[in-house]
Amino acid sequence: MASLNMKATLLSLLLLLVGLGIWEAMNQAPAASTGLSEYERMMGGADQEARVPPPSQVFSHAWDELSDPFYDAGPNDKGIGIQLAYSLYRVLTGYLAAALIAIPLGFVIGMSPLMHKALNPFIQVLRPISPLAWMPLALFIIRDSEGSAIFVIFICSIWPMLINTAFGVANVRTDWIKVARTHELSPLKTAFLVILPAAAPTILTGMRISIGIAWLVIVAAEMLVGGTGIGYYVWNEWNNLDLNSVIFSILMIGLVGMLLDMTLAAVTKLVQYED
Amino acid sequence: MSRHFVSIEGLSKVYPSKEQDLVVFEGANIGIDKGEFVCIIGHSGCGKSTILNVMAGLETPTTGTMIMDNKEASGPSLDRGVVFQNYSLLPWLTALQNVSFGVKARWPTWNKAKVEAHSSHFLEMVGLSGALHRKPSELSGGMCQRVSIARAFATSPKLLLLDEPFGALDALTRGVIQDELLKIWSETQQTVFMITHDVDEAILLADRVLLMTNGPHARVAESVKINIARPRNRANIIEDPAYYKIRNYLVNFLVKRSGQLSGSAGQVGGATQEVDPSVEINPKSEQSAALKAAI
Ligand SMILES: Nc1ncnc2c1ncn2[C@@H]1O[C@H](COP(=O)(O)OP(=O)(O)O)[C@@H](O)[C@H]1O
Ligand SMILES: [Mg+2]
Repeated sequence: MASLNMKATLLSLLLLLVGLGIWEAMNQAPAASTGLSEYERMMGGADQEARVPPPSQVFSHAWDELSDPFYDAGPNDKGIGIQLAYSLYRVLTGYLAAALIAIPLGFVIGMSPLMHKALNPFIQVLRPISPLAWMPLALFIIRDSEGSAIFVIFICSIWPMLINTAFGVANVRTDWIKVARTHELSPLKTAFLVILPAAAPTILTGMRISIGIAWLVIVAAEMLVGGTGIGYYVWNEWNNLDLNSVIFSILMIGLVGMLLDMTLAAVTKLVQYED
Repeated sequence: MSRHFVSIEGLSKVYPSKEQDLVVFEGANIGIDKGEFVCIIGHSGCGKSTILNVMAGLETPTTGTMIMDNKEASGPSLDRGVVFQNYSLLPWLTALQNVSFGVKARWPTWNKAKVEAHSSHFLEMVGLSGALHRKPSELSGGMCQRVSIARAFATSPKLLLLDEPFGALDALTRGVIQDELLKIWSETQQTVFMITHDVDEAILLADRVLLMTNGPHARVAESVKINIARPRNRANIIEDPAYYKIRNYLVNFLVKRSGQLSGSAGQVGGATQEVDPSVEINPKSEQSAALKAAI
Protein backbone atom coordinates (compact mmCIF):
# COMPACT_ATOMS: atom_id res chain seq x y z
CA MET A 1 0.00 0.00 0.00
CA ALA A 2 2.73 2.40 1.05
CA SER A 3 4.72 1.68 -2.07
CA LEU A 4 1.62 2.13 -4.24
CA ASN A 5 1.00 5.56 -2.69
CA MET A 6 4.61 6.45 -3.20
CA LYS A 7 4.53 5.41 -6.86
CA ALA A 8 1.33 7.34 -7.39
CA THR A 9 2.82 10.47 -5.84
CA LEU A 10 5.94 10.19 -7.98
CA LEU A 11 3.84 9.69 -11.10
CA SER A 12 1.68 12.71 -10.23
CA LEU A 13 4.75 14.87 -9.78
CA LEU A 14 6.19 13.62 -13.04
CA LEU A 15 2.99 14.39 -14.94
CA LEU A 16 2.88 17.83 -13.34
CA LEU A 17 6.44 18.58 -14.36
CA VAL A 18 5.88 17.35 -17.93
CA GLY A 19 2.69 19.37 -18.21
CA LEU A 20 4.26 22.52 -16.88
CA GLY A 21 7.30 21.97 -19.09
CA ILE A 22 5.22 21.72 -22.26
CA TRP A 23 3.14 24.75 -21.22
CA GLU A 24 6.29 26.76 -20.50
CA ALA A 25 7.96 25.74 -23.79
CA MET A 26 4.92 26.52 -25.93
CA ASN A 27 4.57 30.04 -24.64
CA GLN A 28 7.98 31.57 -25.22
CA ALA A 29 8.08 34.96 -26.97
CA PRO A 30 8.21 34.53 -30.78
CA ALA A 31 11.69 34.61 -32.22
CA ALA A 32 10.95 37.15 -34.93
CA SER A 33 8.22 39.67 -35.68
CA THR A 34 8.71 39.91 -39.45
CA GLY A 35 5.94 39.65 -41.96
CA LEU A 36 3.05 40.85 -39.87
CA SER A 37 -0.13 41.37 -41.76
CA GLU A 38 -1.98 44.65 -41.54
CA TYR A 39 -4.55 42.95 -39.32
CA GLU A 40 -1.89 41.68 -36.96
CA ARG A 41 -0.33 45.11 -36.73
CA MET A 42 -3.75 46.61 -35.98
CA MET A 43 -4.31 44.03 -33.22
CA GLY A 44 -0.93 44.79 -31.63
CA GLY A 45 0.96 42.04 -33.43
CA ALA A 46 3.04 39.78 -31.24
CA ASP A 47 2.11 41.70 -28.15
CA GLN A 48 3.05 39.88 -24.92
CA GLU A 49 -0.45 40.37 -23.54
CA ALA A 50 -2.12 38.37 -26.29
CA ARG A 51 -0.48 35.08 -25.30
CA VAL A 52 -1.18 32.67 -22.49
CA PRO A 53 1.48 33.41 -19.90
CA PRO A 54 3.88 30.56 -19.08
CA PRO A 55 3.63 28.86 -15.68
CA SER A 56 6.72 30.60 -14.35
CA GLN A 57 4.94 33.95 -14.74
CA VAL A 58 1.70 32.59 -13.27
CA PHE A 59 3.51 31.23 -10.23
CA SER A 60 5.45 34.39 -9.54
CA HIS A 61 2.15 36.29 -9.81
CA ALA A 62 0.50 33.74 -7.49
CA TRP A 63 3.28 34.25 -5.01
CA ASP A 64 2.65 38.03 -5.02
CA GLU A 65 -1.11 37.57 -4.60
CA LEU A 66 -0.86 34.95 -1.87
CA SER A 67 1.67 36.92 0.14
CA ASP A 68 -1.01 39.61 0.66
CA PRO A 69 -4.38 37.91 0.06
CA PHE A 70 -6.58 40.32 2.02
CA TYR A 71 -5.54 43.76 0.73
CA ASP A 72 -8.37 46.09 -0.20
CA ALA A 73 -7.55 48.95 -2.55
CA GLY A 74 -10.99 49.96 -3.72
CA PRO A 75 -13.91 48.25 -5.46
CA ASN A 76 -11.89 46.93 -8.41
CA ASP A 77 -8.75 45.93 -6.57
CA LYS A 78 -9.13 43.47 -3.73
CA GLY A 79 -6.95 40.55 -2.65
CA ILE A 80 -7.82 37.00 -3.73
CA GLY A 81 -8.59 36.10 -0.10
CA ILE A 82 -11.31 38.76 0.10
CA GLN A 83 -12.84 37.66 -3.20
CA LEU A 84 -12.89 34.02 -2.15
CA ALA A 85 -14.38 34.98 1.21
CA TYR A 86 -17.25 36.78 -0.54
CA SER A 87 -17.92 33.73 -2.68
CA LEU A 88 -17.70 31.34 0.25
CA TYR A 89 -20.06 33.51 2.26
CA ARG A 90 -22.67 33.39 -0.52
CA VAL A 91 -22.22 29.69 -1.13
CA LEU A 92 -22.46 28.76 2.53
CA THR A 93 -25.46 31.01 3.19
CA GLY A 94 -27.45 29.69 0.24
CA TYR A 95 -26.32 26.15 0.93
CA LEU A 96 -27.25 26.16 4.62
CA ALA A 97 -30.63 27.73 3.88
CA ALA A 98 -31.19 24.97 1.34
CA ALA A 99 -30.16 22.29 3.84
CA LEU A 100 -32.53 23.74 6.44
CA ILE A 101 -35.43 23.28 4.06
CA ALA A 102 -34.35 20.26 2.03
CA ILE A 103 -33.58 17.90 4.90
CA PRO A 104 -36.85 18.27 6.86
CA LEU A 105 -38.85 18.31 3.64
CA GLY A 106 -36.92 15.27 2.40
CA PHE A 107 -37.86 13.53 5.66
CA VAL A 108 -41.53 14.25 5.06
CA ILE A 109 -41.37 13.08 1.45
CA GLY A 110 -39.42 9.98 2.42
CA MET A 111 -41.82 9.00 5.19
CA SER A 112 -45.10 9.77 3.48
CA PRO A 113 -45.92 8.11 0.18
CA LEU A 114 -48.74 10.65 -0.19
CA MET A 115 -46.38 13.63 0.06
CA HIS A 116 -43.97 11.87 -2.25
CA LYS A 117 -46.60 11.45 -4.93
CA ALA A 118 -47.96 14.97 -4.41
CA LEU A 119 -44.64 16.80 -4.52
CA ASN A 120 -42.81 14.68 -7.07
CA PRO A 121 -44.19 16.49 -10.16
CA PHE A 122 -42.98 19.85 -8.84
CA ILE A 123 -39.56 18.45 -8.08
CA GLN A 124 -39.29 16.86 -11.51
CA VAL A 125 -40.11 20.15 -13.27
CA LEU A 126 -38.07 22.47 -11.07
CA ARG A 127 -34.96 20.33 -10.76
CA PRO A 128 -33.74 20.43 -14.39
CA ILE A 129 -33.91 24.25 -14.54
CA SER A 130 -30.45 25.76 -14.83
CA PRO A 131 -29.97 27.74 -11.64
CA LEU A 132 -28.85 30.79 -13.65
CA ALA A 133 -32.24 30.87 -15.39
CA TRP A 134 -33.65 32.00 -12.06
CA MET A 135 -31.31 34.99 -11.95
CA PRO A 136 -33.46 37.57 -13.80
CA LEU A 137 -36.54 36.67 -11.78
CA ALA A 138 -34.50 36.73 -8.57
CA LEU A 139 -33.07 40.15 -9.43
CA PHE A 140 -36.54 41.46 -10.17
CA ILE A 141 -38.11 40.11 -6.98
CA ILE A 142 -35.25 40.48 -4.52
CA ARG A 143 -33.88 43.70 -6.09
CA ASP A 144 -30.47 43.00 -4.68
CA SER A 145 -27.56 41.35 -6.47
CA GLU A 146 -26.18 39.82 -3.29
CA GLY A 147 -29.51 38.26 -2.33
CA SER A 148 -30.06 37.05 -5.87
CA ALA A 149 -26.71 35.28 -5.97
CA ILE A 150 -27.51 33.61 -2.66
CA PHE A 151 -30.92 32.62 -3.97
CA VAL A 152 -29.37 31.01 -7.03
CA ILE A 153 -27.06 29.00 -4.76
CA PHE A 154 -30.05 28.07 -2.62
CA ILE A 155 -32.07 26.82 -5.55
CA CYS A 156 -29.25 24.79 -7.08
CA SER A 157 -28.17 23.11 -3.86
CA ILE A 158 -31.65 22.17 -2.66
CA TRP A 159 -32.34 19.36 -5.15
CA PRO A 160 -29.59 16.82 -4.45
CA MET A 161 -30.15 17.22 -0.70
CA LEU A 162 -33.91 16.91 -1.02
CA ILE A 163 -33.83 13.89 -3.27
CA ASN A 164 -31.13 12.07 -1.34
CA THR A 165 -32.80 12.71 2.01
CA ALA A 166 -36.15 11.46 0.70
CA PHE A 167 -34.49 8.40 -0.82
CA GLY A 168 -32.43 7.64 2.29
CA VAL A 169 -35.42 8.02 4.60
CA ALA A 170 -37.74 5.96 2.39
CA ASN A 171 -35.22 3.13 2.24
CA VAL A 172 -34.44 2.73 5.91
CA ARG A 173 -34.58 -1.02 6.54
CA THR A 174 -38.00 -2.09 7.82
CA ASP A 175 -36.23 -4.22 10.44
CA TRP A 176 -34.90 -1.08 12.10
CA ILE A 177 -38.32 0.54 12.02
CA LYS A 178 -39.68 -2.62 13.65
CA VAL A 179 -37.05 -2.29 16.36
CA ALA A 180 -38.24 1.27 17.00
CA ARG A 181 -41.86 0.13 17.08
CA THR A 182 -41.28 -2.78 19.48
CA HIS A 183 -39.45 -0.36 21.77
CA GLU A 184 -42.42 2.02 21.74
CA LEU A 185 -40.38 4.95 20.44
CA SER A 186 -42.36 8.11 19.71
CA PRO A 187 -42.37 9.29 16.08
CA LEU A 188 -39.92 12.05 16.96
CA LYS A 189 -37.55 9.66 18.74
CA THR A 190 -37.84 7.21 15.86
CA ALA A 191 -36.86 10.00 13.46
CA PHE A 192 -33.83 11.06 15.47
CA LEU A 193 -32.62 7.77 16.94
CA VAL A 194 -33.28 5.42 14.04
CA ILE A 195 -34.16 7.07 10.74
CA LEU A 196 -31.68 9.94 10.86
CA PRO A 197 -28.60 7.83 11.64
CA ALA A 198 -29.76 5.17 9.19
CA ALA A 199 -30.22 7.70 6.37
CA ALA A 200 -27.29 9.94 7.33
CA PRO A 201 -24.78 8.54 4.82
CA THR A 202 -27.26 9.03 1.96
CA ILE A 203 -28.15 12.53 3.19
CA LEU A 204 -24.49 13.45 3.45
CA THR A 205 -23.88 12.19 -0.08
CA GLY A 206 -26.58 14.59 -1.25
CA MET A 207 -24.99 17.41 0.75
CA ARG A 208 -21.65 16.65 -0.85
CA ILE A 209 -23.12 16.76 -4.36
CA SER A 210 -24.87 20.02 -3.48
CA ILE A 211 -21.79 21.81 -2.24
CA GLY A 212 -19.98 20.83 -5.44
CA ILE A 213 -22.78 22.21 -7.60
CA ALA A 214 -23.03 25.36 -5.49
CA TRP A 215 -19.35 26.05 -5.97
CA LEU A 216 -19.68 25.51 -9.73
CA VAL A 217 -22.64 27.86 -9.93
CA ILE A 218 -21.31 30.70 -7.77
CA VAL A 219 -18.58 31.54 -10.33
CA ALA A 220 -21.13 31.95 -13.10
CA ALA A 221 -23.55 33.80 -10.83
CA GLU A 222 -20.92 36.31 -9.78
CA MET A 223 -19.88 36.86 -13.38
CA LEU A 224 -23.48 37.93 -13.98
CA VAL A 225 -24.12 40.09 -10.93
CA GLY A 226 -20.61 41.54 -10.57
CA GLY A 227 -19.24 43.58 -7.71
CA THR A 228 -17.31 41.08 -5.62
CA GLY A 229 -16.46 37.40 -5.43
CA ILE A 230 -14.16 35.05 -7.26
CA GLY A 231 -16.43 34.81 -10.31
CA TYR A 232 -16.47 38.56 -10.70
CA TYR A 233 -12.71 38.60 -10.14
CA VAL A 234 -12.04 36.19 -13.01
CA TRP A 235 -14.24 38.15 -15.36
CA ASN A 236 -12.76 41.47 -14.28
CA GLU A 237 -9.20 40.27 -14.81
CA TRP A 238 -10.21 39.00 -18.26
CA ASN A 239 -11.47 42.48 -19.06
CA ASN A 240 -8.13 43.82 -17.83
CA LEU A 241 -6.45 41.22 -20.04
CA ASP A 242 -4.51 40.08 -17.00
CA LEU A 243 -4.17 36.42 -17.96
CA ASN A 244 -1.84 35.76 -15.01
CA SER A 245 -4.63 36.61 -12.62
CA VAL A 246 -7.19 34.67 -14.66
CA ILE A 247 -5.15 31.47 -14.54
CA PHE A 248 -4.24 32.02 -10.91
CA SER A 249 -7.89 32.44 -9.90
CA ILE A 250 -8.91 29.37 -11.92
CA LEU A 251 -6.45 27.36 -9.86
CA MET A 252 -7.77 28.89 -6.64
CA ILE A 253 -11.35 27.99 -7.59
CA GLY A 254 -10.24 24.40 -8.04
CA LEU A 255 -8.39 24.35 -4.74
CA VAL A 256 -11.25 25.80 -2.69
CA GLY A 257 -13.72 23.45 -4.38
CA MET A 258 -11.52 20.53 -3.46
CA LEU A 259 -11.33 21.67 0.16
CA LEU A 260 -15.13 22.00 0.36
CA ASP A 261 -15.51 18.50 -1.04
CA MET A 262 -12.91 17.07 1.32
CA THR A 263 -14.68 18.62 4.31
CA LEU A 264 -18.00 17.03 3.36
CA ALA A 265 -16.24 13.74 2.63
CA ALA A 266 -14.77 13.81 6.13
CA VAL A 267 -18.19 14.42 7.69
CA THR A 268 -19.68 11.62 5.57
CA LYS A 269 -17.05 9.30 6.96
CA LEU A 270 -18.14 10.17 10.50
CA VAL A 271 -21.74 9.05 9.93
CA GLN A 272 -20.91 6.10 7.69
CA TYR A 273 -21.69 2.68 9.09
CA GLU A 274 -20.98 -0.78 7.83
CA ASP A 275 -23.98 -3.01 7.51
CA MET B 1 -59.59 -19.78 28.97
CA SER B 2 -57.90 -16.75 30.43
CA ARG B 3 -56.40 -18.71 33.30
CA HIS B 4 -53.24 -18.65 31.19
CA PHE B 5 -50.80 -15.77 31.48
CA VAL B 6 -50.97 -15.31 27.71
CA SER B 7 -54.12 -16.44 26.04
CA ILE B 8 -54.72 -16.25 22.32
CA GLU B 9 -58.21 -17.00 21.10
CA GLY B 10 -59.54 -17.54 17.61
CA LEU B 11 -56.64 -15.77 15.99
CA SER B 12 -56.50 -15.62 12.18
CA LYS B 13 -54.67 -13.61 9.59
CA VAL B 14 -55.90 -13.04 6.06
CA TYR B 15 -53.97 -11.11 3.44
CA PRO B 16 -56.56 -9.74 1.04
CA SER B 17 -55.72 -9.88 -2.63
CA LYS B 18 -57.60 -9.27 -5.87
CA GLU B 19 -57.98 -12.89 -7.03
CA GLN B 20 -58.17 -14.87 -3.83
CA ASP B 21 -57.59 -13.83 -0.24
CA LEU B 22 -54.68 -15.61 1.41
CA VAL B 23 -55.78 -17.16 4.70
CA VAL B 24 -52.38 -17.69 6.31
CA PHE B 25 -53.69 -19.28 9.50
CA GLU B 26 -57.01 -19.44 11.29
CA GLY B 27 -58.59 -20.54 14.52
CA ALA B 28 -55.36 -20.40 16.47
CA ASN B 29 -55.84 -20.92 20.21
CA ILE B 30 -52.68 -20.71 22.28
CA GLY B 31 -52.25 -20.52 26.04
CA ILE B 32 -48.90 -19.82 27.64
CA ASP B 33 -48.26 -19.90 31.37
CA LYS B 34 -46.01 -17.51 33.19
CA GLY B 35 -42.37 -18.55 32.97
CA GLU B 36 -43.14 -21.16 30.36
CA PHE B 37 -40.90 -21.79 27.35
CA VAL B 38 -43.04 -22.61 24.32
CA CYS B 39 -41.70 -23.45 20.86
CA ILE B 40 -43.71 -23.59 17.67
CA ILE B 41 -42.64 -25.68 14.69
CA GLY B 42 -44.08 -26.10 11.26
CA HIS B 43 -42.99 -26.09 7.67
CA SER B 44 -41.49 -23.02 6.09
CA GLY B 45 -44.21 -20.65 4.87
CA CYS B 46 -46.96 -22.06 7.10
CA GLY B 47 -47.33 -18.75 8.93
CA LYS B 48 -45.14 -19.00 12.03
CA SER B 49 -43.60 -15.56 11.56
CA THR B 50 -47.02 -14.11 10.86
CA ILE B 51 -48.35 -15.44 14.18
CA LEU B 52 -45.32 -14.05 15.97
CA ASN B 53 -45.67 -10.66 14.32
CA VAL B 54 -49.31 -10.52 15.33
CA MET B 55 -48.32 -11.39 18.89
CA ALA B 56 -45.65 -8.67 18.76
CA GLY B 57 -48.26 -6.18 17.61
CA LEU B 58 -46.40 -5.53 14.36
CA GLU B 59 -49.32 -6.97 12.38
CA THR B 60 -53.00 -6.74 13.19
CA PRO B 61 -54.93 -9.99 13.35
CA THR B 62 -57.90 -10.41 11.02
CA THR B 63 -59.91 -12.03 13.82
CA GLY B 64 -59.18 -13.03 17.37
CA THR B 65 -57.58 -11.50 20.39
CA MET B 66 -54.56 -11.87 22.58
CA ILE B 67 -54.90 -11.37 26.32
CA MET B 68 -51.73 -11.01 28.35
CA ASP B 69 -51.71 -10.56 32.10
CA ASN B 70 -55.48 -9.91 32.00
CA LYS B 71 -55.17 -7.10 29.49
CA GLU B 72 -55.78 -7.13 25.79
CA ALA B 73 -52.50 -6.81 23.91
CA SER B 74 -52.69 -4.89 20.67
CA GLY B 75 -50.04 -2.84 18.91
CA PRO B 76 -46.31 -3.08 19.63
CA SER B 77 -45.27 -2.75 23.25
CA LEU B 78 -42.20 -2.99 25.44
CA ASP B 79 -44.10 -5.72 27.30
CA ARG B 80 -43.40 -7.99 24.36
CA GLY B 81 -39.73 -8.18 23.39
CA VAL B 82 -38.79 -9.52 19.97
CA VAL B 83 -35.65 -11.21 18.69
CA PHE B 84 -35.64 -11.37 14.90
CA GLN B 85 -33.90 -13.98 12.79
CA ASN B 86 -31.63 -11.40 11.18
CA TYR B 87 -30.66 -9.87 14.55
CA SER B 88 -31.96 -6.38 13.63
CA LEU B 89 -29.19 -4.59 15.45
CA LEU B 90 -28.60 -0.94 14.65
CA PRO B 91 -25.28 -1.08 12.79
CA TRP B 92 -24.13 2.41 13.77
CA LEU B 93 -24.27 1.53 17.48
CA THR B 94 -21.87 -0.66 19.46
CA ALA B 95 -23.05 -3.83 21.20
CA LEU B 96 -23.44 -1.95 24.47
CA GLN B 97 -25.27 0.95 22.81
CA ASN B 98 -27.64 -1.47 21.10
CA VAL B 99 -28.60 -3.01 24.42
CA SER B 100 -28.74 0.41 26.10
CA PHE B 101 -31.09 1.53 23.32
CA GLY B 102 -33.67 -0.92 24.63
CA VAL B 103 -32.95 -0.23 28.29
CA LYS B 104 -33.31 3.53 27.81
CA ALA B 105 -36.61 3.03 26.02
CA ARG B 106 -37.81 0.82 28.88
CA TRP B 107 -36.69 3.03 31.77
CA PRO B 108 -36.38 6.59 30.42
CA THR B 109 -35.62 8.02 33.86
CA TRP B 110 -32.54 5.92 34.52
CA ASN B 111 -29.22 7.77 34.40
CA LYS B 112 -26.43 6.83 32.04
CA ALA B 113 -24.40 4.86 34.58
CA LYS B 114 -27.38 2.75 35.59
CA VAL B 115 -28.35 2.08 31.96
CA GLU B 116 -24.81 1.00 31.12
CA ALA B 117 -24.39 -1.19 34.18
CA HIS B 118 -27.70 -2.94 33.49
CA SER B 119 -26.87 -3.38 29.79
CA SER B 120 -23.35 -4.71 30.38
CA HIS B 121 -24.72 -7.16 32.91
CA PHE B 122 -26.95 -8.72 30.27
CA LEU B 123 -24.17 -8.73 27.69
CA GLU B 124 -22.03 -10.53 30.25
CA MET B 125 -24.76 -13.13 30.69
CA VAL B 126 -24.46 -14.05 27.02
CA GLY B 127 -20.67 -14.09 27.22
CA LEU B 128 -19.96 -10.82 25.45
CA SER B 129 -18.23 -8.78 28.17
CA GLY B 130 -15.19 -8.58 25.92
CA ALA B 131 -17.02 -7.06 22.97
CA LEU B 132 -19.05 -4.25 24.54
CA HIS B 133 -17.64 -1.55 22.31
CA ARG B 134 -17.65 -3.33 19.00
CA LYS B 135 -20.09 -2.55 16.23
CA PRO B 136 -22.22 -5.33 14.67
CA SER B 137 -20.01 -5.30 11.55
CA GLU B 138 -17.10 -6.31 13.78
CA LEU B 139 -19.03 -9.19 15.36
CA SER B 140 -19.76 -12.67 14.02
CA GLY B 141 -23.34 -13.72 13.31
CA GLY B 142 -23.45 -15.66 16.55
CA MET B 143 -22.23 -12.68 18.55
CA CYS B 144 -24.79 -10.41 16.87
CA GLN B 145 -27.58 -12.78 17.86
CA ARG B 146 -26.27 -12.80 21.43
CA VAL B 147 -26.46 -8.99 21.49
CA SER B 148 -29.98 -9.19 20.16
CA ILE B 149 -30.94 -11.71 22.86
CA ALA B 150 -29.31 -9.55 25.54
CA ARG B 151 -31.24 -6.51 24.26
CA ALA B 152 -34.53 -8.38 24.50
CA PHE B 153 -33.91 -9.87 27.96
CA ALA B 154 -32.50 -6.60 29.33
CA THR B 155 -35.86 -4.87 28.94
CA SER B 156 -37.57 -7.64 31.02
CA PRO B 157 -40.63 -7.93 28.81
CA LYS B 158 -43.57 -9.95 30.08
CA LEU B 159 -43.33 -12.10 26.99
CA LEU B 160 -40.32 -12.72 24.82
CA LEU B 161 -40.86 -13.59 21.17
CA LEU B 162 -38.05 -15.20 19.18
CA ASP B 163 -38.36 -15.78 15.43
CA GLU B 164 -35.95 -18.55 14.42
CA PRO B 165 -33.15 -16.84 16.32
CA PHE B 166 -30.57 -19.47 15.42
CA GLY B 167 -31.67 -20.21 11.87
CA ALA B 168 -28.73 -18.45 10.26
CA LEU B 169 -26.04 -19.86 12.56
CA ASP B 170 -23.77 -22.85 12.12
CA ALA B 171 -24.51 -25.91 14.29
CA LEU B 172 -21.64 -25.37 16.70
CA THR B 173 -22.46 -21.74 17.42
CA ARG B 174 -26.13 -22.60 17.66
CA GLY B 175 -25.42 -25.15 20.38
CA VAL B 176 -23.43 -22.69 22.45
CA ILE B 177 -26.07 -19.98 22.23
CA GLN B 178 -28.86 -22.45 23.01
CA ASP B 179 -27.07 -23.17 26.28
CA GLU B 180 -26.75 -19.44 26.93
CA LEU B 181 -30.41 -18.90 26.15
CA LEU B 182 -31.34 -21.65 28.64
CA LYS B 183 -29.12 -20.06 31.26
CA ILE B 184 -30.48 -16.55 30.85
CA TRP B 185 -34.04 -17.91 30.69
CA SER B 186 -33.71 -19.85 33.96
CA GLU B 187 -32.08 -16.86 35.67
CA THR B 188 -34.72 -14.38 34.55
CA GLN B 189 -37.73 -16.73 34.59
CA GLN B 190 -38.98 -15.14 31.41
CA THR B 191 -41.99 -16.33 29.49
CA VAL B 192 -40.75 -17.26 26.02
CA PHE B 193 -42.45 -18.02 22.72
CA MET B 194 -40.00 -19.18 20.08
CA ILE B 195 -40.22 -20.25 16.47
CA THR B 196 -37.85 -22.91 15.28
CA HIS B 197 -37.64 -25.41 12.46
CA ASP B 198 -35.20 -27.60 14.38
CA VAL B 199 -36.86 -30.47 16.26
CA ASP B 200 -33.85 -31.09 18.53
CA GLU B 201 -33.67 -27.43 19.42
CA ALA B 202 -37.35 -27.44 20.36
CA ILE B 203 -36.94 -30.51 22.60
CA LEU B 204 -33.87 -29.06 24.29
CA LEU B 205 -35.46 -25.70 25.06
CA ALA B 206 -39.20 -26.02 25.36
CA ASP B 207 -41.71 -27.00 28.02
CA ARG B 208 -44.23 -27.45 25.23
CA VAL B 209 -43.97 -27.56 21.46
CA LEU B 210 -46.85 -26.31 19.34
CA LEU B 211 -47.29 -28.01 15.98
CA MET B 212 -48.57 -26.10 13.01
CA THR B 213 -50.15 -27.71 9.95
CA ASN B 214 -49.13 -26.65 6.49
CA GLY B 215 -50.55 -23.44 5.08
CA PRO B 216 -52.60 -21.85 3.74
CA HIS B 217 -55.40 -22.21 6.30
CA ALA B 218 -52.74 -23.39 8.75
CA ARG B 219 -53.79 -24.32 12.26
CA VAL B 220 -52.06 -24.86 15.55
CA ALA B 221 -53.02 -28.50 15.69
CA GLU B 222 -51.30 -29.92 18.75
CA SER B 223 -49.47 -28.96 21.85
CA VAL B 224 -46.79 -31.50 22.75
CA LYS B 225 -45.53 -31.67 26.30
CA ILE B 226 -41.77 -32.12 26.59
CA ASN B 227 -41.64 -34.33 29.64
CA ILE B 228 -37.89 -34.19 30.25
CA ALA B 229 -36.44 -32.96 33.53
CA ARG B 230 -34.45 -29.75 33.71
CA PRO B 231 -31.71 -28.67 33.78
CA ARG B 232 -31.20 -30.10 30.35
CA ASN B 233 -28.16 -29.97 28.16
CA ARG B 234 -27.36 -31.26 24.74
CA ALA B 235 -25.23 -34.14 26.05
CA ASN B 236 -27.58 -35.65 28.65
CA ILE B 237 -30.89 -35.01 26.94
CA ILE B 238 -30.49 -37.82 24.42
CA GLU B 239 -30.12 -40.31 27.28
CA ASP B 240 -33.57 -39.49 28.59
CA PRO B 241 -36.00 -42.37 27.81
CA ALA B 242 -38.62 -39.91 26.61
CA TYR B 243 -36.29 -38.17 24.16
CA TYR B 244 -36.72 -40.46 21.17
CA LYS B 245 -40.43 -40.91 21.72
CA ILE B 246 -40.89 -37.16 21.61
CA ARG B 247 -38.50 -36.72 18.74
CA ASN B 248 -40.19 -39.43 16.66
CA TYR B 249 -43.56 -37.90 17.39
CA LEU B 250 -42.46 -34.46 16.26
CA VAL B 251 -40.65 -35.70 13.16
CA ASN B 252 -43.62 -37.86 12.23
CA PHE B 253 -45.86 -34.83 12.50
CA LEU B 254 -43.61 -32.70 10.30
CA VAL B 255 -43.09 -35.42 7.69
CA LYS B 256 -46.60 -36.91 7.48
CA ARG B 257 -49.35 -35.40 9.51
CA SER B 258 -48.71 -31.67 9.00
CA GLY B 259 -49.69 -32.23 5.36
CA GLN B 260 -52.58 -34.63 6.07
CA LEU B 261 -54.14 -32.34 8.65
CA SER B 262 -53.63 -29.29 6.45
CA GLY B 263 -56.84 -27.58 5.45
CA SER B 264 -59.09 -30.08 7.28
CA ALA B 265 -61.59 -27.40 8.10
CA GLY B 266 -63.56 -29.61 10.47
CA GLN B 267 -61.21 -28.78 13.30
CA VAL B 268 -61.19 -25.02 12.85
CA GLY B 269 -62.10 -23.38 16.09
CA GLY B 270 -61.52 -26.60 18.01
CA ALA B 271 -59.22 -26.69 20.97
CA THR B 272 -55.58 -27.45 20.43
CA GLN B 273 -55.02 -31.16 21.05
CA GLU B 274 -52.70 -31.74 24.00
CA VAL B 275 -50.23 -34.63 23.72
CA ASP B 276 -47.54 -36.20 25.86
CA PRO B 277 -45.54 -38.63 23.68
CA SER B 278 -43.46 -39.78 26.66
CA VAL B 279 -46.59 -41.47 27.99
CA GLU B 280 -48.24 -42.64 24.79
CA ILE B 281 -47.38 -42.36 21.16
CA ASN B 282 -50.78 -42.21 19.55
CA PRO B 283 -53.35 -40.86 22.00
CA LYS B 284 -56.94 -41.95 21.64
CA SER B 285 -59.41 -39.25 22.35
CA GLU B 286 -60.58 -40.39 25.80
CA GLN B 287 -57.01 -41.01 26.89
CA SER B 288 -56.02 -37.56 25.82
CA ALA B 289 -59.00 -36.16 27.69
CA ALA B 290 -57.78 -37.89 30.82
CA LEU B 291 -54.36 -36.52 30.12
CA LYS B 292 -55.75 -33.02 29.78
CA ALA B 293 -57.31 -33.32 33.17
CA ALA B 294 -54.00 -34.44 34.61
CA ILE B 295 -52.04 -31.47 33.21
N1 LIG C 1 -47.34 -8.92 3.88
C1 LIG C 1 -47.76 -10.07 3.29
N2 LIG C 1 -48.64 -10.03 2.26
C2 LIG C 1 -49.07 -11.16 1.69
N3 LIG C 1 -48.68 -12.39 2.05
C3 LIG C 1 -47.81 -12.50 3.07
C4 LIG C 1 -47.30 -11.36 3.76
N4 LIG C 1 -46.45 -11.77 4.73
C5 LIG C 1 -46.44 -13.13 4.66
N5 LIG C 1 -47.25 -13.57 3.67
C6 LIG C 1 -47.49 -14.97 3.33
O1 LIG C 1 -47.90 -15.64 4.49
C7 LIG C 1 -47.40 -16.98 4.49
C8 LIG C 1 -46.72 -17.28 5.79
O2 LIG C 1 -45.51 -16.57 5.88
P1 LIG C 1 -44.57 -16.64 7.19
O3 LIG C 1 -45.39 -16.31 8.38
O4 LIG C 1 -43.39 -15.80 6.94
O5 LIG C 1 -44.15 -18.17 7.22
P2 LIG C 1 -43.07 -18.91 8.13
O6 LIG C 1 -42.50 -17.93 9.07
O7 LIG C 1 -43.81 -20.02 8.79
O8 LIG C 1 -42.04 -19.46 7.20
C9 LIG C 1 -46.50 -17.10 3.27
O9 LIG C 1 -47.19 -17.80 2.29
C10 LIG C 1 -46.24 -15.69 2.87
O10 LIG C 1 -46.08 -15.61 1.48
MG1 LIG D 1 -40.48 -17.15 9.28
